[in-house]
Amino acid sequence: MLEFTVNFLAATMRTATPLLIAALGLVFSERSGIVNIGTEGIMLSGALLGCIGSLMFESSLVGAVFAMAGGALLGLLFAFFTVTLRSSQVVVGFSLNIFAAGLTVTLNRLILNGVRVTSYPSYAIPGLSQIPVAGPALFNWPLLVYFALLAVPLSWFVLYKTNIGLKIRAVGEHPKACDTVGINVFKMRYGAIVFSGIMSGLAGSFISMGQLSMFVENMVAGGGFMALAVVVFGNYSPGTVLVASLLFGASDALKFRLLMTPVGIGFSQFMNMLPYVITIVALCFFAKRSNKPACSAVPYRKD
Amino acid sequence: MAEYVLQMKNITKTFGPVVANKDVNLYVEKGEIHALLGENGAGKSTLMNCLYGMFDSYEGDVYFDGELVNIVDSRHAIALGIGMVHQHFMLIPVLSVIENVVLGLKENKEVLDLKAAAKEFTELGKKYNMEIDPWLKVEQLSVGQQQRLEILKALYRKAKLLILDEPTAVLTPGEIDSLFDMMRQLTDEGHTVIFISHKLNEIMKICDRCTVLRLGEVAATVDIAEVKDRQQLASLMVGREVELETTTKPVELRDKRLEVENLCVDNDRGLPAVKNMTFDLYGGEILGICGVDGNGQSEMVQCITGLREATSGKIVINGTDTAGLNPGQILGLKVSHIPEDRHKYGMVGPMTLDENLILVSYKQEKYSSRGFLRWKWIAEQSESIIKSFGVKTPGIKELAKNLSGGNQQKLVVGRELERTPDLLIAVHPSRGLDIGATKYIQQQIVEQRDMGTAVLMVSTELDELIELSDRILVVYDGEIMGIVERKNASREVLGPLMAGVRD
Repeated sequence: MLEFTVNFLAATMRTATPLLIAALGLVFSERSGIVNIGTEGIMLSGALLGCIGSLMFESSLVGAVFAMAGGALLGLLFAFFTVTLRSSQVVVGFSLNIFAAGLTVTLNRLILNGVRVTSYPSYAIPGLSQIPVAGPALFNWPLLVYFALLAVPLSWFVLYKTNIGLKIRAVGEHPKACDTVGINVFKMRYGAIVFSGIMSGLAGSFISMGQLSMFVENMVAGGGFMALAVVVFGNYSPGTVLVASLLFGASDALKFRLLMTPVGIGFSQFMNMLPYVITIVALCFFAKRSNKPACSAVPYRKD
Repeated sequence: MAEYVLQMKNITKTFGPVVANKDVNLYVEKGEIHALLGENGAGKSTLMNCLYGMFDSYEGDVYFDGELVNIVDSRHAIALGIGMVHQHFMLIPVLSVIENVVLGLKENKEVLDLKAAAKEFTELGKKYNMEIDPWLKVEQLSVGQQQRLEILKALYRKAKLLILDEPTAVLTPGEIDSLFDMMRQLTDEGHTVIFISHKLNEIMKICDRCTVLRLGEVAATVDIAEVKDRQQLASLMVGREVELETTTKPVELRDKRLEVENLCVDNDRGLPAVKNMTFDLYGGEILGICGVDGNGQSEMVQCITGLREATSGKIVINGTDTAGLNPGQILGLKVSHIPEDRHKYGMVGPMTLDENLILVSYKQEKYSSRGFLRWKWIAEQSESIIKSFGVKTPGIKELAKNLSGGNQQKLVVGRELERTPDLLIAVHPSRGLDIGATKYIQQQIVEQRDMGTAVLMVSTELDELIELSDRILVVYDGEIMGIVERKNASREVLGPLMAGVRD
């Protein structure tokens, strides 16, 4: 029983980490008034680019840099279409997903083809990792897991206590008002989107190099959409986003455990649905207290 | 020789083919309250937005404090010491007061020190007698408080020249008085105020000088002390003699047309907007609904016209209980509705005039048979409405959105009155219209009353209500504060009621 619990918790953390990293980035872009459905595609590109970088330089660090650079570039592309050209965020986001799906398959077959690459090394926490049974499973993680957890209070601080955080929150609520006090709405939104792209790319690289050590076609499998749901369920705030990603991670982990039992196959589909059901129910109850920005997905025009 | 804080010389601003400002000269002396008067669309806001850097470019020269400046973003305007309180407040409802105050300040450190800012802000508020709790969220403030916050926000940014765009439109008479007190205090301290308005009484009362804009050009700049009466200002603004008063004669009351009993209605957020209202309305009278915007008037009208459901209570129109009826069925009870927002509810912009004119009656046999519209008959009808209501247009096939605001409203009014209603509901019938169109529409409403129609008129313009209404019902926070007869109606009586003060 103890072993099952420990394994379950470890699996939860492993599935929750990429969700958390992507969702923390999304908190900033969502708050600035952008809904980036293309997150799925950016994560997929990050997963692929991470592996390519890692393969070429035999270093997972270079892989991470590749993944983040790719995320930044795709974010820039998304920002150009949605902020500068004021195209529909839904249409551009979806195009990005389709584009990334095709591009990653092509590059994968040209370069990787299932080859194993250097994955993110694990670092044990001295002391805690010595605990029998639980220690090695729960206190021995790749750096990105620690980074994701540290990023939660950091994001909260930036969002609520700093000048730039105030500007990001304001831009999503009432861009015109920001313009009248001399804030460059376009610059803020570009920044938030690119930052979120970097985080999504990094999150993608964790899927290919933290959970596995290879790229598999379409391996993100809805993770980007889940990250978007995590942000909504987490009410656009870092602390609650952490809770939401653990919940989504747990239900995902439970699903795989159930698949191994005889009754589990039908039930696992139910589990698949559960986080979304919880999100919808929670939204019904908390809709009035929502932090959703007033000008979410509305392009700004200065005139 | 007076010292000018601001000189705008030969300002021209065009939007595509539309010339919003043409060769405008505006000279503002240091320490004065300078009125910018003009009808809607005369170019007042455009001129001030040029000055505040809301546009990328304009033609002409702007001198501020004697120096030639080229202001193309608001950051620059703020740095020079120009502050603007926009007609639609530029505040963020979900943020706290102090967050709104410091938002975008270039002196901000990367990690904000809101406590220090709050202290400074509170002191500033004390100085001008406008204390606001810095930790409240803006959405918790009343409209009057939000305006004070906007003014303090500008002063916090060390504004020397303050532009107030139609500041009194959202205030009760009492709040207007305290705004005027503060404006005087500011000018005594050496600040300068530009006061944008189309309300002649207020300009006569508070301003030193006045620049009148007409169709984008300066009609005149006058010393208020030398102006004989508001009639003179009105003529300058319109460009011809205008009759300001609308007269009404007594008429006999007919039967009861509208009965509202214990009506309760929720707003969009699910909060009570109309609380237990009871009143009735007879043929041959105008019942004015008076109150600052957002005190339940919209929800009440939407409920009477079937656009919104009541949470409890009863509405009877012409003897029929309207519970469960849809808007079309309610209009069928000989009800006409001039909605508050003609663009949103009154007409369909991208459709032609004749199409707009049959929006309500297209189902009637005269207009269609066996599912086909009878365009010939419709064209004749439309021509006749357009002629009798004086809608200026190249033809009935013009798109409604291409008409001026006044002509659009005449179109809506024409369509609604042509149906010879028993009950006419007119919401802000003259909002955004020039004096000529306003007078015309007011006369049409009075004529309806004289013919025995019951009229429910919602307005925020006190003068309009006092002039036209037989009775005035004052609402505050969704409740009826009182119903005042015509002979007792005055600003002094209505003012406190509008602010929620009984007796």
